[in-house]
Amino acid sequence: MATRMKAKHQRLTLALLAVAALIGAALLAMSALKDQAAYFYTPSDVGRDHLAPGRAVRLGGMVTKGSITKLPDGVTIRFLVTDGAATVPVRFSGIVPALFKEGSGVVADGRFDATGLFVADQILAKHDERYMPPQVAGAMHKSDSIETGPKAKALK
Amino acid sequence: MIAEAGLVALWLGAALCALQLVLTILTLRTPLVLSEVEGRVASASPGARASTSLSTNGEEMGPDGAMLAKAIRPVAVAQGLLTCLAFALLILLFIRVDLSVLLVAQNDHSEKPFLYRFAASWGNHEGSMLMWVSILSVAGAAVAVLERRLNERTLIATLGGQAAIALGFYAFLLFASNPFARLTPPAMEGQGLNPLLQDPGLAFHPPTLYIGYVGLSVAFSFAIGALVTRDVGPAFARAMRPWVLGAWIFLTIGITAGSYWAYYELGWGGWWFWDPVENASLMPWLAATALLHSVTVLATRDGLRAWTVMLGVVAFSMSMVGTFLVRSGILTSVHAFAVDPRRGSFLLALLALYIGGALVLFALRVGTVREGSRFDALSREGALVLNNLLLTVILGIVLVGTLYPLILEGLTGDKLSVGPPYFNSAAGPLALLLCMAMVAGPLMRWRREDVRPLLRRLAPAAALVVVALIAIKLFAPPIGLLPLLGLGLSFGIGLGSIEPLFGRNLRRTPLFTWGMVVAHFGIGVALAGMACDSAFTVEKLVAASVGETIPVGPWRVKLASVTPGFGPNWTSMESTLEVERGGAPRTLRPQARYYWAPPTETSESAILTVWNGQLYTVLGSQAEGGRWQLRLWWKPFVTLIWAGGGLIGLGGFLALIGRLLRERRSAKNRELYA
Repeated sequence: MATRMKAKHQRLTLALLAVAALIGAALLAMSALKDQAAYFYTPSDVGRDHLAPGRAVRLGGMVTKGSITKLPDGVTIRFLVTDGAATVPVRFSGIVPALFKEGSGVVADGRFDATGLFVADQILAKHDERYMPPQVAGAMHKSDSIETGPKAKALK
Repeated sequence: MIAEAGLVALWLGAALCALQLVLTILTLRTPLVLSEVEGRVASASPGARASTSLSTNGEEMGPDGAMLAKAIRPVAVAQGLLTCLAFALLILLFIRVDLSVLLVAQNDHSEKPFLYRFAASWGNHEGSMLMWVSILSVAGAAVAVLERRLNERTLIATLGGQAAIALGFYAFLLFASNPFARLTPPAMEGQGLNPLLQDPGLAFHPPTLYIGYVGLSVAFSFAIGALVTRDVGPAFARAMRPWVLGAWIFLTIGITAGSYWAYYELGWGGWWFWDPVENASLMPWLAATALLHSVTVLATRDGLRAWTVMLGVVAFSMSMVGTFLVRSGILTSVHAFAVDPRRGSFLLALLALYIGGALVLFALRVGTVREGSRFDALSREGALVLNNLLLTVILGIVLVGTLYPLILEGLTGDKLSVGPPYFNSAAGPLALLLCMAMVAGPLMRWRREDVRPLLRRLAPAAALVVVALIAIKLFAPPIGLLPLLGLGLSFGIGLGSIEPLFGRNLRRTPLFTWGMVVAHFGIGVALAGMACDSAFTVEKLVAASVGETIPVGPWRVKLASVTPGFGPNWTSMESTLEVERGGAPRTLRPQARYYWAPPTETSESAILTVWNGQLYTVLGSQAEGGRWQLRLWWKPFVTLIWAGGGLIGLGGFLALIGRLLRERRSAKNRELYA
């Protein structure tokens, strides 16, 4: 009888451990999310909410026409991102992805510095003309940056 | 006609699949199949026989049931062959560039090289779903042909489970993703394939990963079969183990290859981006790794019964979650090619049906799963429980990080991205803890272990870790805490993982023990590579004039020239880099490519592999003053990451061979002494 009780007990312990592991995972995940997740902002959001400099965020909008300037080091560019209502200056060092151009949608990961300049670590590449980040598709109504099939054929 | 033939094969396959499910249900409604009836009759009292025939409601279901059962295996095999035929016909359409088929017109191009026309057939939504279903039904057929250990009823229930899963995905193919749909009038030329996917990696990476993904369906069906027939025990675990191992090997290789593919193809210098699509393959791997270990406890020690069944369900559920993420197009990811909510909701419904159904079955039947044998907290079983718990927690963290942004956006519209900082800080320390448990586990005895001898066995590895940590602190440049711990620990893993071989006759050590040692050693190797990459990588981003020399780490890189070039469906700018670090100069040629169908730019990185790492070079676009953007990395020992992955897969393979050999031998022995 005693051993049976003990057997029950072990099974219960294992079940409780599994539940505890799941709860632990959820708690750990939630606390890490609070610290580490990068929220998506449009330039208007940036003007409205006051963002702490240095916090990882993702900025999305349209590259203002005529705003891209190349710095003398040859690898750094500055440009303006707009959503029609507000505008944010961005600096990026690196190789810009294909299809990054003035007047088209852009999503950049990075953080604001103390002066309000957005320093991008990465500009998200749009590798396929049929693919568009839903964030851009949602933020802008309909971007005409997407070259579609007919144009591909026309180019051919 | 080829497309129509393919569609017919698919419909026939679906019909046979439905038949397989119906046969299973009819057979299982019969209380006992013939062989068992005979066995029972020999020992049973007349009363028992009477009750047997009573419960068939007077119909002659006993012998019929046996007939039905006999039919199930051939049906499963025929179904597998039909889906293979359908898939082969689709490949044929792609190779012949039949532009009257919508899918071919959208994804193929007549100027594309043969290999990429071939691979294009699964580089798209419909084709990859057809591959998914083909692998699923081939896995079912393989179980039907190969599986001889399991008792007949459980096997039939397993094949029924496989058919139930397949039926939903057949429906998805036929009603929401028909790969054979015609296009009228036919297109003049195909729209090509995403140039990023025009890479030999694509020819092998997705099939490997899919075999792993979908191979886990067998574990799921076994779990369902065992629950239905209330047959959860060591025999069931021994039957299930090779299938889990097989799927796990393919997953491991697929993830490793995919990581290297992303590394050289994307040109970002990273090897793991915590992209949802990568997570979609990592989650089944984590669950399968946990399952692999718990199934061993069940097979060897008859413990962790309910838990193993649960993991069987979870592992394939993660495969389905992954399929949903990738194929529904809800991701903000370079991998998600199209947005089509109808497909998404179809897949979500299938997901809810199968996962929900399996969990309900589990809840109903878990009470009938008997308690397995017990063990002390400090024992091999205890270590494996810890392994399972940690893997589960890591899985939970990855799952939350992957799904949370999607759920949040669905509920509140808030957009959020969860990236490497989250995953590294939440899962990294747990992974290191898991590595420690991994070293300790194999050094423990089953059932109960004492503290002192265990500590004695762990002492060499622990000492090596301390020495390594001190050496790194003294001689290496300052590095972050996680890479430091990871690198130090990797030495301990290297030593600790081969320790189970100490004092054994190596020739007589079973192959599966070698498998475990090699796989665990591979984890240490991969960990060392990851730690070195994040700690010691040197990166340079410059705009260089032709003739200029740039130092990167120990290397001197000279931009010799930039020349235009062309390929079958692209033009390019190709740079010639002369690189040297004291020896003879070597030449690297990174390219920037411009594809015209569809119009896309890609950068083709050029990588120099030497014994202690890789020099990774990327050509960007032209800057003012005739300069060219160059991005250069020196990555010491980064190759260990994939070497480790390869060792892990090799370990799995050795274990699989070892298990199969052992089984064949014991089967022979049984025959000899019977």
